[in-house]
Amino acid sequence: MSDPTDREEGYDELLDAIADGEGYYLECGEGHGSLPPRRVCPHCGDRALTETPLPEAGEVQTYTTVSVAAPQFAEDAPYTTAVASFGPVRLTGIVDAEPDAVEVGISVEPAIGESDTRGERYVRFVPR
Amino acid sequence: MAPPRVAGVGTTHFGQIPERTSRDLFAEAGLAALEDAGVPPGDVETLFYGNFMGELAEHQGHQAPLMAEAVGIRAPATRFESACASAGMAVREAVRNVRSGDADVVLVGGAERMTNMGTAGATEGLSIAADDLYEIRAGITFPGAYALMAQAYFEEFGGSREQLAEIAVKNHDNALVNEYAQFQRAITVEQALEAPMVAAPLGLFDACPFTDGASALVLVSEEYAERESLEAPVAIVGTGQGGDNMALQDRRYLARTPATERAAITAFEDAGMGPGDVDAAEVHDCFTIAEVLALEALGFFDYGEGIGAAADGVTTRDGRLPVNVSGGLKAKGHPVGATGAAQLVDMTKLLEGRHPRSDDVQPEVGLAHNAGGTVASAVVHLLEVVA
Repeated sequence: MSDPTDREEGYDELLDAIADGEGYYLECGEGHGSLPPRRVCPHCGDRALTETPLPEAGEVQTYTTVSVAAPQFAEDAPYTTAVASFGPVRLTGIVDAEPDAVEVGISVEPAIGESDTRGERYVRFVPR
Repeated sequence: MAPPRVAGVGTTHFGQIPERTSRDLFAEAGLAALEDAGVPPGDVETLFYGNFMGELAEHQGHQAPLMAEAVGIRAPATRFESACASAGMAVREAVRNVRSGDADVVLVGGAERMTNMGTAGATEGLSIAADDLYEIRAGITFPGAYALMAQAYFEEFGGSREQLAEIAVKNHDNALVNEYAQFQRAITVEQALEAPMVAAPLGLFDACPFTDGASALVLVSEEYAERESLEAPVAIVGTGQGGDNMALQDRRYLARTPATERAAITAFEDAGMGPGDVDAAEVHDCFTIAEVLALEALGFFDYGEGIGAAADGVTTRDGRLPVNVSGGLKAKGHPVGATGAAQLVDMTKLLEGRHPRSDDVQPEVGLAHNAGGTVASAVVHLLEVVA
């Protein structure tokens, strides 16, 4: 993981932090949230971005159970991907639950998973 | 400047033709458009060409000069890449180019080769229209992204899978007589509902197919059309473009597409028209839910009201606003980099009264809407019979 050609600066640091239970997002002066790497708030253009701790829990806003996956998730399918709001920022992740157990409004905690297909890291949502 | 005229249109058959190169596909469409226009290749002053994933599909970047050469034109050529809106953006640039007086004759179109990649390869290829870091790495596919929007729509506004199925049934029915369409086959609501899930709540029949194909148009200035005594009664009278955050998670709305709304407002202002002036529309129905999102953002329906339009007969051929009379992306097929041009090919034929569905639908004003990714890019054109 230390080979810089394998790293996506900003993104990989965030995943490291989520894995350590210390996830964060970038908060601008207007209180908008976004995810790194960013130099400018995507919502208002503010350039004063501060790393702010992610709320412990998020709320699923929409989800889908993917049956036909891209090759990098072929052996993981079917899996359920969701978009969840964590205060002012949203994350997209794969929910660690059976498809039937996922619905809009459920509470999830951010974590890091590893794909069955290629052993690659992904943002994982663990229902509370 | 007077709005540019559509002098000629051409398209290949859309379908599964994995062995054909994009240069051969575009040559067929481009030559057909030139022949239809009656414009000599030597008069073409520039080529604007749409293509999304030529690097992945056939290890070919820098495609525009290759396409100019394939059609036999010695003119500068530029490729446009805006995912599934690539050709729509190329058309927009062609319109602006003719309007500005830079060129009198422009060849514009697009091509995509997809089925040689196989289902897994094409699924991966299409997914790169999403945010690689925060969407693809979280398992989002192209159908998956639209499924997230569909689920959000159901949560916010209600609606049913049956209503979505009616959209697929309508578009398949429209394509029955379209000789260029990938599917000339009727389907039923029951078949659509029973089809395997791709990304719930979207099933196989909610999704457009993988398609190989190319489409092209010859746009000319009014002055050139008159000087050369061309039969070119249709003008592109309005153009507009809109954008949004790339990833769904960063959008203000999960079940609305403001990029389309912005593109439509701009195009309507440009043409001095409004949604009520439109007689028929070709909209970007890569998935059934996408047709709903488009109809609402284009201003034809209030938010939350568009999902019943096909089921209620508003958007069928005998309805108030026939939508996707060509069969749409759903049944005509979706060679992604060609689609934005293909929509204008069908709309031009409808406006000229030489479309296989011209007995049923005779518009004076038509709208074409082309979207990229999950509508982080959108482009809208208005076409009118002016001569």
